[in-house]
Amino acid sequence: MANIMPNRRGFLISAAAATGGLMLGFHLPSDTSRAVAAETTDKGAEVNAWIVIQPDETVTIRVARAEMGQGIFTALPMLVAEELDCDWHKVRAEYASPAENFRRKHIFGSMLTGGSLSVRTSQDYLRTAGATARAMLIAAAAAEWNVPAGECEAADGVIQHAPTHRRVTFGQVAAAAAKLAPPHDVKLKPASAWRLIGQPVKRLDTPDKVHAKPVYGIDVRLPDMVYATVANCPVFGGKLKSVDQSKIEGMKGVHRVVPLDNAVAVVGEGYWQVRQALDALPITWDDGGNGGVDSASIGRLVHDGLTGSDAAVLRSDGDVSGVTRAAHTVVQAEYSAPFLAHAAMEPINCTAHVTADKVELWVPTQNADATLLLAAQAAGVDPSKVEVHVTFLGGGFGRRGAAVSQNFVPQAVAIAKAVGKPVKLLWSREEDVRCDFYRPTSAARFVAGLDESGGLLSWHLRLAGPSIAHTLAPSTISHGADARMLEGLIDMPYAVPNILIDYAMRNTHVPVGFWRSVNHSQNAFFKESFIDEMAHATGQDPYQFRRSLLAHNPLHLAVLDAAAKAAGWGDKLPAGVFRGIAHNEAYGTIVTQVVEASVSGKGEVRVHRVVCAIDSGHVVNPDTIQAQVQGAIVFGLTAALYGEITIKQGRVEQRNFDDYEMLRLADMPKVEVVLVPSGASWGGVGEPGLPPVAPALCNALFAATGKRIRALPLKNQTLTAA
Amino acid sequence: MLRLNINGEDHTLDVDPDMPLLWVLRDVLGLTGAKFGCGIGQCGACTVHIDGQAIRSCVTVVSAVGESKVVTIEGLQRHGDHPVQQAWLEHDVPQCGYCQPGMMMAAAALLKATPHPTDADIDDQITNICRCGTYVRIRQAIHTAAAKG
Repeated sequence: MANIMPNRRGFLISAAAATGGLMLGFHLPSDTSRAVAAETTDKGAEVNAWIVIQPDETVTIRVARAEMGQGIFTALPMLVAEELDCDWHKVRAEYASPAENFRRKHIFGSMLTGGSLSVRTSQDYLRTAGATARAMLIAAAAAEWNVPAGECEAADGVIQHAPTHRRVTFGQVAAAAAKLAPPHDVKLKPASAWRLIGQPVKRLDTPDKVHAKPVYGIDVRLPDMVYATVANCPVFGGKLKSVDQSKIEGMKGVHRVVPLDNAVAVVGEGYWQVRQALDALPITWDDGGNGGVDSASIGRLVHDGLTGSDAAVLRSDGDVSGVTRAAHTVVQAEYSAPFLAHAAMEPINCTAHVTADKVELWVPTQNADATLLLAAQAAGVDPSKVEVHVTFLGGGFGRRGAAVSQNFVPQAVAIAKAVGKPVKLLWSREEDVRCDFYRPTSAARFVAGLDESGGLLSWHLRLAGPSIAHTLAPSTISHGADARMLEGLIDMPYAVPNILIDYAMRNTHVPVGFWRSVNHSQNAFFKESFIDEMAHATGQDPYQFRRSLLAHNPLHLAVLDAAAKAAGWGDKLPAGVFRGIAHNEAYGTIVTQVVEASVSGKGEVRVHRVVCAIDSGHVVNPDTIQAQVQGAIVFGLTAALYGEITIKQGRVEQRNFDDYEMLRLADMPKVEVVLVPSGASWGGVGEPGLPPVAPALCNALFAATGKRIRALPLKNQTLTAA
Repeated sequence: MLRLNINGEDHTLDVDPDMPLLWVLRDVLGLTGAKFGCGIGQCGACTVHIDGQAIRSCVTVVSAVGESKVVTIEGLQRHGDHPVQQAWLEHDVPQCGYCQPGMMMAAAALLKATPHPTDADIDDQITNICRCGTYVRIRQAIHTAAAKG
């Protein structure tokens, strides 16, 4: 049985590197943990770590990933239930406990929720857990009846032995089944036998959500709890110099100030009271030497990287410079994309209670394993003393994932330690926007050579900008070779005989991190805009040009064609409306989008319709995929139209939704999502719908205006209808 | 002391008259259905009804409520089966769900004033922000609620 905890250091490394896809053995009760696993309590029988069955037939399926809107509280239980053959109507989902994951040697695998990986990386062990439990339930029934297990069948939570007409329910045999040794040779159903996977199952969390019942982090209320809010040093990397506490002494409902290394917290009776006090508190910061940095200086730094001689070569096939020199047509362009904030609807928060022998947290986290270790480190205790209660998340989008970006965790622990009571730390929206780990700003310079018939011969892709790994895990990169900054480019599906991809790392003091679809969000804009430029430069239809580049790749071609067909590519459009197309693969899922847009006489952009074809391999819940693509399109359009974080005097200039604008219902186009699952793999669905939106829109705007958009957001562009 | 009528119940509270209604609901009364999203009346996550009108409670000081009747998502309908809630269920609208109490309160107020809203009415009246991007289904659900209401 796998053991990932030879010692504490080993555990820390494993936890930090965990990206799912761990060995199956991990996720089922090992012989040593079976004593715990087989415990039957009034809560029901734990058949294995993932499945608890009650005498009343309720099947509780544990979910180790965070529910932040993407639907895994339904999709992951569906994977288990498919193989368990229980009655879906009796299924309820509950979070797996991070502390139990720690105590039971990572029995729930990775709790990291990001990279659209929940289904992709856990489907195998979750389905196996279901099949294993089913076999144990059948074995328990067969033993009681003294018949061969092979003669028994299970369906909808009932086991039957046809020859003797006997039947028993899961709830009746669960306690006996939990005492059996799990089999290690279960076979999973072929896709053709799935009854639940692939069905548009209603989300398990919707009834609570329409009745405002779920507890988000911000809703946690504990006996004796106090409230805190913070001002973070407005210049990244700066420190607190001094704070004049006398100015808020005696304010009603305000208890105290807690100075931290790079922030100041005020603690009191309620959020509003501490926010008022914080606003009145004179604070002096040490800007750490970055008070002179602004967007213009960052822009120059990044742009210089486009011609820098220090770029790390991350892919090189053939002779790019030689072929380009001899090419019939050379196309060249530079693009840029800004920093972006996450701005999840639920502002950053974390509730903590630190006592002599325990640290307890209630927190919306995308990575509870990391949260637990961070809290232990911040409190100076062994991780076994930490309990983390994962709440529902009012959005995550990457902000609440990576350990480094969970800066609210050590902050809440430090305040709770100082106060000695449970503390709910809640940031204002302003702090949420100005103390984020931003989607990196980035620039691209592309040069391509094409032959006389428009065939793509060579392509040099130079990227420059801050590296996410430099902020989040600097030890994982050397010589600036952060290959992840080139995701979607290095592995692009197009046939390019000669290709050179290099990256000039240009870090700034602005922390960067994972933002929904990560580097695909800007890289797809660069790549798909340039594909469009090459098509137009050689007089080719942008859809047909992509077809020619994907001729060798039937999976991609199928998605591209499905989108074009659904959109009626080539059909006549209403006057003033134009189409653009873009294609991208991200996280194992292939997506093509066609955007229809117009530009008014005043230069206002209107997006009328987005058609999306998506191949996620298998489909767990088609309704969830529809919802995720609809949402990803909103996220991508928001960024394309409005999204921009700018820096002045080392600080973020934007503060709230009035100057960091969001798409609203009135701007919402029609969205049509076409599922074209190949069944060839398990792809993610939370993010892949986002990257093609911006380039498909900008390509439509080129068709509408003749102006090529090479820098986002569109609010900074002046457009005139052609 | 301040008197407030919330979801049909009278409360006598010792709170700062300048405190926004949102924080009275959430921190003082423990009614956490109304959410904090921006604090400046931009996002609508804090939407509640005052005398049937949708208002943004994060920018409504509690002393301004007076004798008016406040209704939150918890009191929208006794059994939680308001046509808007039923329609939200039918269309599986929520993703993260955080903005949805505000969305449903805004939609319920819209339907009260305009029982059969057009798309343009919806565009005009539903200005709340949903970062997950559930707008397609919000629009469908409002039409469904209107048809059933």
